[in-house]
Amino acid sequence: MGVTDDDRVFKALADPTRRLLLDRLFVRDGRTLTELESELEMTRFGVMKHLKLLEAANLVVTRRSGREKLHYLNPVPIRQIHDRWIDKYTEHRVSALLDLKDELENA
Amino acid sequence: MSTMTAETTQVYRVYIRTSPEAVWDAITKPEWTERYGYQGVADFDLQVGGKANMRPGAGMREFPHVPDTIIDGEFLEVDPPRRLKQTWRMLMDADLAAEGFTTLTYEIESVGEGVTKLTVTHELENAPRNAHVVAGGIEAEGGGGGWAWVLSDLKSVLETGSHMAAG
Repeated sequence: MGVTDDDRVFKALADPTRRLLLDRLFVRDGRTLTELESELEMTRFGVMKHLKLLEAANLVVTRRSGREKLHYLNPVPIRQIHDRWIDKYTEHRVSALLDLKDELENA
Repeated sequence: MSTMTAETTQVYRVYIRTSPEAVWDAITKPEWTERYGYQGVADFDLQVGGKANMRPGAGMREFPHVPDTIIDGEFLEVDPPRRLKQTWRMLMDADLAAEGFTTLTYEIESVGEGVTKLTVTHELENAPRNAHVVAGGIEAEGGGGGWAWVLSDLKSVLETGSHMAAG
């Protein structure tokens, strides 16, 4: 996993239709393919293809409920990127600023 | 548009480079649970009908008015290292506690090559406040990032031995 995981997430997010699908699930989670398809100008097959990619990137998780397959937005991979990268950089920037402040004040 | 039934179940999944047994231990053993996420201390009686409680960890105990038990519940299914199902009620705050018991399921499955898939399903019917909290909705107020944050941190602890949760 590791690098490959992140690659898959970034690739999955690099497409506007897939981001739109995630946005729709964010508004209301646990939808069927039919529901998602009805909101997009796209064939059922096209939507299925995008959902498959999102699932492969672990950004969408499916779950059976009776005869229906429901799609859920899984925020964990995005959280991992946030925790690994964003936190690290913002922390650096903050400490760099504090260092600068120290230096300027003690000059 | 079809029927607008409000979806109250939340599903989270994480792939971790470790064994199903290690994931099971990280979820059920207090020496593990106090190392990631909210760092609560598991107070479990791991059998059907047994208690599924959480006590506050060292960091949380410093705050005023933190109860001795922050989550209470009861195990409904115990199948190590594959499946753990419990009732779950948050006691940190009166409004959250008033929503009553929700249902939490952990499913653990090896997907080969030393990787384990962990799926957390939280059924939060009639518990909109709790749903908001476990979705990370009060993170800006210091309420932690909910399940996504907990599972990201759990992965980090199991794979690297160190956690990333702010603290």
